[in-house]
Amino acid sequence: MASLIKQFVNSICSPVTIFTFGTGFLILFLSFPKQFTSKWVSGPLAILGIGFFLFGLTDPHFRKIVTTPDNVPIVALLFLMAYFTWYAVRKAVRNDERLAQGKAPIEKEESEQKVLVFPYLIFIEFVVALFYAIMLVIWSLALKAPLEDPANPTISPNPSKAPWYFLGLQELLVYFDPWIAGVLVPTLIIVGLCALPYLDRSTKGSGYYSFRQRRVWVTGFLFCFWMLWITLICFGTFLRGPNWNFFGPFEAWNVHKVVPLVNVNLSDYIFIKWLGIGLPKQWFIREAPGFLLLGVFFFVPPLIAAKTFCRKALQEMGAVRYVVAAFLLLMMIAVPAKMYLRWAFNLKYLIAIPEFFFNV
Amino acid sequence: MADSQSQPTAIKPLTEEVSAPGRRKFLSWFALAWASFAAATLGAFSLVGRFMFPNVLFEPKSTFKAGYPDDYEVGMVDSRWKEKYGVWFVRVAEGMYALSTVCTHLGCTPNWLETEDKFKCPCHGSGFYKSGINFEGPAPRPLERFKIGLADDGQILIDKSIKFQQEKGEWNNPESFLTV
Ligand code: FES
Repeated sequence: MASLIKQFVNSICSPVTIFTFGTGFLILFLSFPKQFTSKWVSGPLAILGIGFFLFGLTDPHFRKIVTTPDNVPIVALLFLMAYFTWYAVRKAVRNDERLAQGKAPIEKEESEQKVLVFPYLIFIEFVVALFYAIMLVIWSLALKAPLEDPANPTISPNPSKAPWYFLGLQELLVYFDPWIAGVLVPTLIIVGLCALPYLDRSTKGSGYYSFRQRRVWVTGFLFCFWMLWITLICFGTFLRGPNWNFFGPFEAWNVHKVVPLVNVNLSDYIFIKWLGIGLPKQWFIREAPGFLLLGVFFFVPPLIAAKTFCRKALQEMGAVRYVVAAFLLLMMIAVPAKMYLRWAFNLKYLIAIPEFFFNV
Repeated sequence: MADSQSQPTAIKPLTEEVSAPGRRKFLSWFALAWASFAAATLGAFSLVGRFMFPNVLFEPKSTFKAGYPDDYEVGMVDSRWKEKYGVWFVRVAEGMYALSTVCTHLGCTPNWLETEDKFKCPCHGSGFYKSGINFEGPAPRPLERFKIGLADDGQILIDKSIKFQQEKGEWNNPESFLTV
């Protein structure tokens, strides 16, 4: 029975299924936030998650991966993130209901009661600080920092993993050229987060939890954080093994696992497979389909949206903020879209101009 | 806030004569602070810059002799110089070539997998054929080849300072391949 479950989990585990399932669940969760945060749904889900984890611990490989000192924080992160997401959405649901009834949010009532900073707040902070100090001491005693041999440029450990907080970017490096995954995307994350308060200037929902009042932004943020950051970190931490191959959680890390991954560019698909005429010599003809595709992707949806369902948003935001917001949203879709293309079609580049070192 | 401002305050409003010299003095202090900050930063950066030019550089020589062509088995990828010089020797029937062990993606060192007949990088999974051509994973271009030739004593001579890149068509250069 146990081995059947393990086999089943291993066989359905792949980047595509996890990413699709995760996104699907997130959408479901945000479509029915009230139901999902009620104890009848969230309780069993939590038991299921913890139960799966405990079940996994009986497996030697799984245990080895999750108890590696480097990986323990990621396990904690996964559970903590789930808890905090649930907590925030539950608060938001309660406030949304109150607002719908014409009442003020809970935070308004709470802020009307006053207690003294000293001793009430200071005391709590002191206890928390003590707790953390003790926890860190125990942690540093129990989990040894992984010290390895002196660095040697001709030996890369297999697999070579970045520090955990970079594993998401390392995973992106599989799908994008270094200048995109290492420079453009991180910059956009930082700039995008800085831009959020300027893009969404609605004063509604400031100072209290709410979901209904800024659905698009909360959804976008949760998608980026959960799917494009946490999930990718978990891929890198738990599921990427030797030679950066993808392994199921109960699959032993076999150095000789062979995964067919031969890459094909968009130009190969179009000119060789479909038109059957061979690659054109000039790069601008060869890569025209890729440029066209990207152009359509980045220009057509915002234009159509501006004419139709986003007309009001455009009026409220003005052209500049609308364009910036549209660009950020499209990038948020473009990153996983290209990852899907790689998973599904082994597509390497939409635009590949090695002549100028420009590959997208 | 608003009503506290409208209340008359005990502080006498500053007159123009009082505030003007004060402001000027403040500005000069400000300028001094900025100047010393800039100077300190500059000094710190110049110290950092000094580290860019170390007194001694422990770099292995870029040319080395790698034994005789017969030391290498035909059809095999030889890793004996990988650790010291970062070079793979690939011996094929017609001759041999020297591949750089630096992944063209971000510079990790791939491994030669004998059974799978490919080089595979442990960092993001780029794969290269025995020839050095990239075929899977994110590496944007093939592994580089080094200049290879024969020394006067018949030993193989590698010059790592001269590289040949396939995507620039440089593998056609006779110096990138040793015919034996
Ligand atoms: S460094 Fe080799 S695949 Fe990234």
